Amino acid sequence: MVVLKDLTKEELYAPGHRLCAGCGPSISIRMALKAARGPIAAVNATGCVEVSTTIFPYTAWRIPWIHALFENTAAVASGLEYAYDALEKRGARKGKVDIIAIGGDGGTFDIGIQALSGMLERGHDIVYLCYDNEAYMNTGIQRSGATPRGAATTTTPAGRVIPGKREWKKDFAGICAAHGISYVATASIGFFSDYMDKMKKAIEVDGPAVIHVLTPCPLGWRSNPADTIKLAKVAVQTGLFPIYEVINGKYKMSMKPGTLLPIEEYFKLQGRFSHLLKPELKDELEAIKKGAEANYKRILGLAGEPVTTQ
Amino acid sequence: MSKEKSLAEKMKLPWKKMPIAGIMFEPGSTVEYRTGEWRIEKKPAINQDKCIRCFICWIVCPDVSITRQPKPYKNYTESVEVDYYHCKGCGICAAECPVDAIEMVEESKVVP
Ligand SMILES: Cc1ncc(C[n+]2csc(CCOP(=O)(O)OP(=O)(O)O)c2C)c(N)n1
Ligand code: SF4
Ligand code: SF4
Repeated sequence: MVVLKDLTKEELYAPGHRLCAGCGPSISIRMALKAARGPIAAVNATGCVEVSTTIFPYTAWRIPWIHALFENTAAVASGLEYAYDALEKRGARKGKVDIIAIGGDGGTFDIGIQALSGMLERGHDIVYLCYDNEAYMNTGIQRSGATPRGAATTTTPAGRVIPGKREWKKDFAGICAAHGISYVATASIGFFSDYMDKMKKAIEVDGPAVIHVLTPCPLGWRSNPADTIKLAKVAVQTGLFPIYEVINGKYKMSMKPGTLLPIEEYFKLQGRFSHLLKPELKDELEAIKKGAEANYKRILGLAGEPVTTQ
Repeated sequence: MSKEKSLAEKMKLPWKKMPIAGIMFEPGSTVEYRTGEWRIEKKPAINQDKCIRCFICWIVCPDVSITRQPKPYKNYTESVEVDYYHCKGCGICAAECPVDAIEMVEESKVVP
């Protein structure tokens, strides 16, 4: 278990980057690097983190870092693994470099998923970290395959025609686990010790590992910047974003399933869901509650836990 | 002695002299950039007496702006300080502090 007091004080991620005040993805990157066990290099898909940490001629990174496209982040990371091996064989360098590929939910759930699938199938020793702010934020809040049902985005605006996004969030962890890899985990920056533990495990795995971490975005979620960590906690406590591990195909819940908080506790803190609290949309709110509960129970079932939310 | 040029000034180059692929050679160079100017109205102030050195604020800050200093204080071996040059004033540290040792105060208030 990660103990904050004993964590390294070395900052591999520098201040002065231009991510928004209260940015959840920023927190997830800093924590991920705190979990490094030695030399580490990153490949980063386009998105808020990439754009805002590397505005020319500045960089917030104190590790080797490559900007890749959406479609090929996992492929570039795969190439990087081979490149380090080749350099070692030639005697040009020595020792293991851990590789982490980083993408937002748009770059991961949608655009980069084929390269990621290839990386998992070929068995590269890479950690793929998807920071999930539940939309394409850097281009102005467009819906992605990770946007939850009901959320208003600029391409799924809540109004007279639709009450926000109509579709459910993709089961990304399930898709990754279906590749038969040995470590997949969902996490939340609200439960930071758990997240950093998972990151450490993912790095230690010999072969591909995937971490899907929930990272609130005050701009796109229309939330108070000070609420970023709180939201990341409440998302888990309402059952909307269950955190669990899939170790060699076996599901394991990361938190003792207890009574779930009402979903309204989560929605009321965010402008993107505010329409769902209006009386005229109570059917939609009910549908979302049912769907979230069914998903939570599905995961409890996979983890062999008693299937109850009471 | 003339003031050192900022990296941005040094890198104002004609395109032929630009590094290939926009490679950036100075790790962590964003430290030069003053994001503290983004703060509107409030800034965090830490009460060293209330602080229990749990370091939650330190780990949750998105801007690496809570620092752990090797400065002994009463029974503690470390102090927790705010880096106002970079702090964007989001208020997460104050919201997450379990003992309310961090308060968001007016920007103009003088803090120790
Ligand atoms: C192939 C391609 N299509 C579109 C863009 C424009 N674009 C830049 S950032 C971005 C949003 C990325 O969203 P996501 O991956 O969720 O990361 P976030 O910005 O939310 O951190 C888009 C669409 C691009 N750079 N490349
Ligand atoms: S738009 Fe969201 S993800 Fe992007 S920098 Fe701002 S808070 Fe972070
Ligand atoms: S207000 Fe925000 S940016 Fe400033 S020290 Fe606190 S958490 Fe960091």
